[in-house]
Amino acid sequence: MKKHAEPRTYSKPGKFGKYGGQYVPETLMEPLRALEEAYNRFSRDPSFKKELAGWLDDFAGRPTPLYLASNLTRHVGGARIYLKREDLLHSGAHKINNTLGQALLAKKMGKRRIIAETGAGQHGVATAMACAALGLHAEVYMGSEDMDRQKLNVYRMKMLGAKVHPVESGSKTLKDAISEALRDWVTNVQDTYYLLGSVVGPHPYPTMVRDYQSVIGKEARKQILRQEGKLPKAIVACVGGGSNSIGIFHSFLHEVDVDLYGVEAGGESLSPGQNAAPLVAGREGVLHGMMTYVLQDEVGQVQTTRSISAGLDYPGVGPEHAFLMTAGRAKYVTVSNEEALEAFESLSQLEGIMPALESAHAISYAMKLAKSLGTKDSIIVNLSGRGDKDLEIIAKHLPR
Amino acid sequence: MPNTSHDDDRIEAKFGELRGLREGALIAYLTGGDPDPKTFLANSTALIEGGADIVEIGIPFSDPIADGPVIQASSMRALSNGTTPLRILDMIRELSTEFPVPFVVLSYYNPILAMGLGRFLQKARESGVDGIVVPDLPVEESEEFRNLSLKHNVDTIYLAAPNTSRTRLRTVLDKSKGFLYLVSLYGVTGPRDSLSPQALEAVRAVKSLARGKIPVSVGFGISQPEHVSAVIQSGADGAIVGSALVRIVGNHLDDPSDAETQLKKTVQSLKEATRLSSN
Ligand SMILES: Cc1ncc(COP(=O)(O)O)c(C=O)c1O
Repeated sequence: MKKHAEPRTYSKPGKFGKYGGQYVPETLMEPLRALEEAYNRFSRDPSFKKELAGWLDDFAGRPTPLYLASNLTRHVGGARIYLKREDLLHSGAHKINNTLGQALLAKKMGKRRIIAETGAGQHGVATAMACAALGLHAEVYMGSEDMDRQKLNVYRMKMLGAKVHPVESGSKTLKDAISEALRDWVTNVQDTYYLLGSVVGPHPYPTMVRDYQSVIGKEARKQILRQEGKLPKAIVACVGGGSNSIGIFHSFLHEVDVDLYGVEAGGESLSPGQNAAPLVAGREGVLHGMMTYVLQDEVGQVQTTRSISAGLDYPGVGPEHAFLMTAGRAKYVTVSNEEALEAFESLSQLEGIMPALESAHAISYAMKLAKSLGTKDSIIVNLSGRGDKDLEIIAKHLPR
Repeated sequence: MPNTSHDDDRIEAKFGELRGLREGALIAYLTGGDPDPKTFLANSTALIEGGADIVEIGIPFSDPIADGPVIQASSMRALSNGTTPLRILDMIRELSTEFPVPFVVLSYYNPILAMGLGRFLQKARESGVDGIVVPDLPVEESEEFRNLSLKHNVDTIYLAAPNTSRTRLRTVLDKSKGFLYLVSLYGVTGPRDSLSPQALEAVRAVKSLARGKIPVSVGFGISQPEHVSAVIQSGADGAIVGSALVRIVGNHLDDPSDAETQLKKTVQSLKEATRLSSN
């Protein structure tokens, strides 16, 4: 693997090599500029940083532990497997790191109406929580298909005070929810803040969301050095839009001896429409304001995705991942539905931890990888969320 | 004004001709291949026979973020019958061989990228396309695209919005060719009952910067003859009507010949509203 790519080589703000950018309707250029300016200002402001750190610690429950999964390690027989326990955060997933950061920013910008998209409902719930805590009004777009699949999260959002808008257009899933949120933003630019849930969309979102999620890697790096006395051999994280993975990768990007693995949803197979693996099975394109890898047909129509984990069900991916892959710095692989379910079962029974189905993809690949490494090595898996939200689906596949 | 042959710069020539007649341009939009190729060709012919000065054809995209429900639905109809960019360009070729009006294509960026920028523009030009609008390609991202468009003689029509800053507006005006597409409102495409409060102010602001260097056409939400005459009277060089026409197509899926009649009648009354002298 070539490992020369570093953030320093990014050509200009918002571009990761040729990827990223701002491919948006003209009406959004001005609000994106204002957002970038506000973000740059507040990201350097010590009082903002202190306030956000307070929310992350006291409200969300940071720092999260780095846990040595010793039973799993023994079972696999290879490298020591550490779990970065984002599943222990309030809301049950890493998404809250980003929603707190952006909601606080929105508040400083004087915006009171917050819109967001959600697929599985995790980002919607995390947005609703952050908005309730900060006294903001949240409206969440969610595909009507997804609303049927994730009824409990719809209820959670409503109980937290958010308004949920069903999206009936296109494939009625996450990609259409993002499109609909963008349409709302174009219409209500003056008073509305769009709180995007992953490292996708036009600049500055991929950079801003990455920065808010980087807390994962910053903690993990300190923790592994303290616990192991050296850096890990590899980092493994699942990739939907790519926010938990970029969040943990970032502190290790310059450590060329640390291998970075992003795990995409292999679904049923790698044939069109049967997976959600744009980096492995897609090609370059423009979707939702960014140049990146996209699952699409020969004439550039975006394909529908299918994965057992709704949180990975997106035909695009954060542009920084497209860059890290083409530059050879990170490697992207897939794990199938079936393998993810097996990993879910293993982690539940060996460690007493039920991972989110998204995170189960990372666990599955990490188990394979650990086996191929020596017992003196260690790897870190980002356990991005807990599995409670998925139990209904899992029970159908793994009856007891 | 550049020297215009019949083939090149037909859009600017059209605006010049209309200026002489004290008329604004009526730019009429339909989604290519909606609801099927045959009906689409007949409907496009109806637009031209009704008096459209420029015909704008949309290439349907799976994720049209700048479009409201009417054009979203038309895109879905077109895609579900297998419409592809190449088939639309072929249909434009048929139309442009028969009728002398300028043709503008509207496409999101991804279908263009998928074909390859150069190949798309060359095909477009060969099919009689005079200009292109890419709603998700702001000037900042379009240097290569613009250079290739210049090379292939396809006008790049950029958009300006009510919140476009004066500095950006200068750049956008400078880079646009054919005309500038002024978005009249905050929002997506879709017929509106009344003109947006920002529309006329935006027209005057943009016209004062454009200083006759490039025509300015106003679109989004324009659905009635009153809207057309209001924007033309406040100085716009053209009015773009899309969703109001596409809605007619969508409302007559069972009786396509009725759609033709209605489209022609609607375009006639919209065109009438562009005539300054008769207003
Ligand atoms: C637990 C969990 N992990 C991962 C993801 C995927 O998102 P990302 O790739 O942005 O981390 C989600 C999205 O909903 C999630 O809920």
